[in-house]
Amino acid sequence: MAENRIWGLVARFENPATLLHAATGLRDAGYKRYEVWSPFPVHGMDNAMGLKRSIVPWIVLGGGLTGMVGALLLQWWTGAVDYPVMIGGKPFFAFEFATPVTFELSVLLSAFGAVFGMIALNKLPQPFHPLDNIAMFRRVTDDGFFISIEVRDPNFSLVRSRELLESLGGLNVTVVEEGEA
Amino acid sequence: MATHDSQSETIFPPPLVSGNHTFHSVTEAVCSVVEAPPSKGWIASFLVALMGLGILGISVGWLIWEGTGVWGLNQPVSWGLAIVNFVFWVGIGHAGTLISAILFLFRQKWRTSINRFAEAMTIFAVMCALVFPTIHVGRVWLLYWALPIPNQMGMWPNFKSPLLWDVFAVSTYFTVSLLFWFTGLIPDLATLRDRAKSKVAYWAYGIASLGWRGANRHWQNYEKAYLILAGLSAPLVLSVHTIVSFDFAVSVIPGWHTTIFPPYFVAGAIFSGFAMVITLAVPARKIFKLEDFITVRHIENMNKIILTTGMMVGYAYAMEFFIAWYSASEYESYTFVNRAFGPYAWAYWIMVSCNVITPQLFWSKKIRTNMTWSFILSIFVNIGMWFERFVITMSLHRDFLPSAWDYYTPTMWDFGCFIGTFGLFFTLFLLFLKFLPSIAIAEVKGVMPQADPHWEGYGHHGDHGHEAQPAHATADKGGHHG
Repeated sequence: MAENRIWGLVARFENPATLLHAATGLRDAGYKRYEVWSPFPVHGMDNAMGLKRSIVPWIVLGGGLTGMVGALLLQWWTGAVDYPVMIGGKPFFAFEFATPVTFELSVLLSAFGAVFGMIALNKLPQPFHPLDNIAMFRRVTDDGFFISIEVRDPNFSLVRSRELLESLGGLNVTVVEEGEA
Repeated sequence: MATHDSQSETIFPPPLVSGNHTFHSVTEAVCSVVEAPPSKGWIASFLVALMGLGILGISVGWLIWEGTGVWGLNQPVSWGLAIVNFVFWVGIGHAGTLISAILFLFRQKWRTSINRFAEAMTIFAVMCALVFPTIHVGRVWLLYWALPIPNQMGMWPNFKSPLLWDVFAVSTYFTVSLLFWFTGLIPDLATLRDRAKSKVAYWAYGIASLGWRGANRHWQNYEKAYLILAGLSAPLVLSVHTIVSFDFAVSVIPGWHTTIFPPYFVAGAIFSGFAMVITLAVPARKIFKLEDFITVRHIENMNKIILTTGMMVGYAYAMEFFIAWYSASEYESYTFVNRAFGPYAWAYWIMVSCNVITPQLFWSKKIRTNMTWSFILSIFVNIGMWFERFVITMSLHRDFLPSAWDYYTPTMWDFGCFIGTFGLFFTLFLLFLKFLPSIAIAEVKGVMPQADPHWEGYGHHGDHGHEAQPAHATADKGGHHG
């Protein structure tokens, strides 16, 4: 089997404090393609990494508006256009009686936007990741804190990036290979 | 002394997780419940629950085979236990959403260790609730008529009917609750995946966790989505019981046609739902040794909510009577006098005793921090709230003309369906306790003091590089965690 190409470097950190400190250090050193891994979201990490705001809310807004317009069109078209039935002398369409269903469908499609939007933005499901080859990385869902830097980062250097990670408190700095080991 | 205690509590709030836990010991405590082989107690309970599920299967099977005539329905009581049970189960579900969504939005961090549990309860309760509208239509194979699906008759559902609003409300509620629950589970399923010993468990949890690895870019979208789901669920849960109450309130039946119904139903739903959380949590924390996570404080807080909503419900009972008299409508007044002193007076007084009188014991701190008392009183509330729906539905038995009056007695098939849903509920709940983390591991870790990068245990505040960011912005950004 041919040698695997290098994907990047990964380092373990002791706790959320050193993790946050190191993420800030990498941002200040100009790194872009690095990622912070933690068993729970760490306070202030988005700022430490200099991330932009999540666009999930916009997807939700799109879902909610689709639900609202769709529900109104559905109730108006089925009741007043396609097959009008006179029931109890009520109008064929009115916003008053259309409100509950419109509200529910707006909420439903907003929720779809939130969950499926989040999943899509995170490019999930992701069955394999190069970090899966690193035994210590399994602790990321328990009590492990990690930072990885990808080769694709223009600042990446096997030597200098490793030194930087170590100077920022990184432990067990390890080279990560692409492909399944 | 008491003043002194409460003062020190205000200054140093008790920790959300008791005992000396590390991140790893939290993982261990929650996952070991799932990873250990099922205990004898679990297997015994599961067999009992399966028997209940069998009762449901037989009762529903017979109902579908023979028709709704096997129930005790008559005219004028054309709505019997089916609607009673439906509202009962939907109401129970509401506490789960309240804990997971509304307390989340209010930053009530104590909710963290009971929310998973309560959300599971919501989903299973709503599944039980959905059984009843499905089967009460009689010809279940025509249920799709309630959905806007093009059909051979070219007809559409009647969107002017509250019953159709209900279809949309409850199915939306179920779907959104399921998504909310699943979203919360993703990181914890990943934890179980990474600890899995067997290939089957590794693959099953691996697929279910979507390959979650805790990247911060993922957490960022995740937290935003979770916050929005909470924001959506909060008005949703209020709308659902409002629309359920419309099933009654939009009709012209005396005792039903009242504007107090939506808030009164919502308060009752929260009341009964919290009682059910206590009923489930008190034994579960004991059996699975989760006392460090579901603490006495959790139980006490929930008991306080039960006390509050119980009084709201009591107020609604009184107000219904007042308005019946004030309306000067003969039919309206008669309905209420008949509720309290007519043929169903026994049900009315069970309702009042269990919902208004016994919860008053929670004024005593001794009682609301005592597990046995909490459990017993929660059972009373469960019973009382079932009877509340029964009393409301039984308004039908004496409507406008005495010649039409009748008395409704449920048959064994009515009861079979009701008992059977408990079988369904507990079957699902026991499976949940066995195969899924019953406490939100990632969220609990997030509220532990050492989760905060600025925790005093880590010392050296000043020498971090991130002081370039204004401290407030950092704190705000991180404030979404539950």
